[in-house]
Amino acid sequence: MSAASPEKLLQVDNVSLSFGGVQALSEVSFDVHRHEILAIIGPNGAGKSSMLNVINGFYHPQRGSITYKGQTRKAMRPHLAARQGIARTFQNIALFKGMTALDNIMTGRNLKMKVGFLLQALHLGPARREEIEHRLHVERLIDFLEIEAIRKTPVGRLPYGMQKRVELCRALAMEPDLLLLDEPMAGMNVEEKEDMCRFILDVNDEFGTTIILIEHDMGVVMDISNRVVVLDYGCKIAEGTPDEVRANKQVIDAYLGVG
Amino acid sequence: MELLNTFFVAPFASMFGSPLFLAEVIIGGLLTGVLYSLVALGFVLIFKASGVFNFSQGAMVLFAALTLVGLMERGVPVWLALALTVLVMIALAWLIERLMLSRLVNQEGIILFMATIGLSFLLEGFGQIFWGSNVKRLDIGIPNESIHLAGIPINQFDLFAALMAAGVVALLAVFFQKTPTGRALRAVADDHQAALSIGIPLQRIWLIVWSVSGFVAIIAGVVWGAKSGVQFSLSLIALKALPVLILGGFTSVPGAIVGGLIIGVGEKIAEIYWGPVLGGAIENWFAYMLAMVFLMFRPQGLFGERIIERI
Repeated sequence: MSAASPEKLLQVDNVSLSFGGVQALSEVSFDVHRHEILAIIGPNGAGKSSMLNVINGFYHPQRGSITYKGQTRKAMRPHLAARQGIARTFQNIALFKGMTALDNIMTGRNLKMKVGFLLQALHLGPARREEIEHRLHVERLIDFLEIEAIRKTPVGRLPYGMQKRVELCRALAMEPDLLLLDEPMAGMNVEEKEDMCRFILDVNDEFGTTIILIEHDMGVVMDISNRVVVLDYGCKIAEGTPDEVRANKQVIDAYLGVG
Repeated sequence: MELLNTFFVAPFASMFGSPLFLAEVIIGGLLTGVLYSLVALGFVLIFKASGVFNFSQGAMVLFAALTLVGLMERGVPVWLALALTVLVMIALAWLIERLMLSRLVNQEGIILFMATIGLSFLLEGFGQIFWGSNVKRLDIGIPNESIHLAGIPINQFDLFAALMAAGVVALLAVFFQKTPTGRALRAVADDHQAALSIGIPLQRIWLIVWSVSGFVAIIAGVVWGAKSGVQFSLSLIALKALPVLILGGFTSVPGAIVGGLIIGVGEKIAEIYWGPVLGGAIENWFAYMLAMVFLMFRPQGLFGERIIERI
């Protein structure tokens, strides 16, 4: 905790990432404070999803560093990130399609299960007790996200909006400190969007989870986020409160396409 | 009329003419079928748990059997040799994960499939370099004699093999459906990236899957090896598992079992009652014929997941 001030949960420093000749991110830096909701916005191809992939370790940047919970690394690794409390959802929904909603959500508890797998195989005593304990926790989350009715449905059969909700639930089952949401409201109707906004705010409020989200709907971004980072062609062009960002000349240009 | 009679009347007439003999044929078929199921199960496990169609399953059966026999020939007692073979198969799983799979994360299924074809050559070659390529006898001390139950002769060895297979299947079913590790395995099969994002360590999961299928290979290898000698043709058993898989569905454990039983019984009945009409040796192609019919009418198999593409 010495390098970073304690209220910073995550610090991204001069991160550059390229794929062959394509520069996805160049020298991007920003901080994420504990308990805040930070939105990353920008036109298509601005590098928003790449940024999330760097934070949870799917991509390894060529330059720069990431400081999470006071530890500085050149790059994260996915299962290390998960172990340290970073959970995420995906732009194109990455659920386990053959499994039921409940089983999907229970996989989010896997890391928290301590009983060795030989005992699990025998399905005895401690393993059974542990399963019940985790199931209780998961049921509370299912209540919270109002998806009781679809528990036992294979997720492949659920409508899109519901799949998004199950995916969020799986991420929450990990009890994350930092939650990365990649376009949580894409493809939803107004009502579904309102529900999702409410859930995000409630998660932030009740569990104290820090949230980074990517979103295209400006109304939503302005309503629910504490701060906004704007990317354009892989560079950060603005950062600040929603009002500051809305008034920023460069941001307006990027969105309206001033050449 | 003559033709109709020989194909559709006479065989049934002789079936019901001596029901005791029919029962013997069916039981014989079921017992062989269990063995087919066992080999098919190895495929299904890996396919379900990692999305890889493991062509080298047959080679793993051969490799396991060769290792066991090789150790026993050098005077290692049966139980110790079995334990050592298990260790060898786990070590093999570890090597496969390290040297092959970890380099192919997030690749297409067909790439992984090609890799397993290479692996099967490697295993066949290495197994024979280490342990020699002549036919070996494997004796695990179960008598190959018949006992009579209600007047029907049942081969003791086949019965033992069937019971063993049933035990393994029950254990695996519980493991896959009811335990957190089983859930993690299914998760990895569905989506590598999502599995990584919730902190499932791919490496450990693959190690477990390949170890488990190595374990199934040992059992199949012991049973088949004791039945027909440990030799190169053991790895061709894999081919017999293909129609079983097509019948049962690639993703279904119960499917592998039922598919194996249907083929076991089907080919025995076809051989005995229709064989003479068609000039014999039906047993060799009946399974493939059945698989082809299934491919035409029910390509996902009896229990496989129906593939519905959303547009």
